Amino acid sequence: MKDFNYHSAKDSKEASKLASSSSAFLAGGMTTIPSMKLGLATYKDLIDIKNIKKLSGIKVSGKSVTIGAATKHVEVSNSKDVKKAIPSLSSLAEGIGDPQVRNRGTIGGSIANNDPSADYPSACIALNATIHTNERKIEAAKFFKGMFETALKKGELIEAIEFQIPEKSSYQKHPNPASRYAIVGVYVAKHKGDVNVAVTGAKSCVYNDKEMSKALSGNFSSSSIDGMDLDSSEMNTDMHASAEFRASLVVTQAKKAVDAC
Amino acid sequence: MGKISLEVNGRKVEKEAPDNTLLSTFLREHLQLTGTHIGCDTSQCGACVVHVDGNSLKSCTALAADVNGSKVTTIEGLETNGKMHPMQEAFKKLHGLQCGFCTPGMVMSAVDLLQKNKKPSDTEIRDWLEGNICRCTGYQNIVAAVKEAATKM
Repeated sequence: MKDFNYHSAKDSKEASKLASSSSAFLAGGMTTIPSMKLGLATYKDLIDIKNIKKLSGIKVSGKSVTIGAATKHVEVSNSKDVKKAIPSLSSLAEGIGDPQVRNRGTIGGSIANNDPSADYPSACIALNATIHTNERKIEAAKFFKGMFETALKKGELIEAIEFQIPEKSSYQKHPNPASRYAIVGVYVAKHKGDVNVAVTGAKSCVYNDKEMSKALSGNFSSSSIDGMDLDSSEMNTDMHASAEFRASLVVTQAKKAVDAC
Repeated sequence: MGKISLEVNGRKVEKEAPDNTLLSTFLREHLQLTGTHIGCDTSQCGACVVHVDGNSLKSCTALAADVNGSKVTTIEGLETNGKMHPMQEAFKKLHGLQCGFCTPGMVMSAVDLLQKNKKPSDTEIRDWLEGNICRCTGYQNIVAAVKEAATKM
């Protein structure tokens, strides 16, 4: 790994002051460190944000669950408050990677990285999340821009993610057996008035499947999306699954999610 | 360069190390604690698992700098007065190792499991050890050893 300067920031202000065009924020480091070791990413400065107290913790109000950006996956999966308010979010966190990754990896890191197969971006889309940064609030629908790309500007730091509590929800993932990343993951959330069907792993970026959302908003039953033939032209093809298989998996996982709601 | 202050296996250590020093490198090359193994070096195999402030983590995917001030336990820190930890005893008794390369990580990960779940089922043990790979594929005896240790801890 190439050399860099390590900084531990005391607060968001200091963290963004230290940021430059050749720096990165470090939280759990579960993606940042392997990427740097492989030479896929190099930075002059790493700014550790996990000691900023304000960035950790979970708050539940009547309508929403707000999770600090540096909150670890294990804290989300073990939280009784999350389990009660949005059980699907807690089980999503429990299915990320392995125990050592969950002991270290953070929700903010996962979202900022926006891996096309990551779990949390689908939760943000399905649960109409608002991403709170040190500068502004961003709706999830406008946050995830493309493969590993987000609306974050240089030096902008995610502070918390606010999820809207749905009436019902479920996340169903067909995981890669080795990495536990989603080959396809579908997060279905029924809110008052509409249904979101957020899909991860299938395309270059998480998205809300409008066709299935519309069908399920009309009739919230797995029969209303049964046999749906989704367009696979923009879906990923790799050694694990072809685009056609992914298109079929999206429907299968969505049906499972609706049935589990 | 920065100063790394840790408590490793109950002993306070303070050493200067470059900022890009991984925790695994710090333990093995700066402290000569070579019981922590480097297998894949890409955070998949789990041979490098140690405990930091009571929780297991993969030391090849953490910077020494970013665990600064923590309490670290490595495989060398499990024994007491020359007596093996019950988990080590169980691995020995039930032949929970073949080549032994993955064993330090397996043992550290399993000890963390029993700290959190005193009587895990077979499924819970297998789920927990998901991040630890045994290339000899000796999983049956590893699971049996963890179950045995659960009766002793």
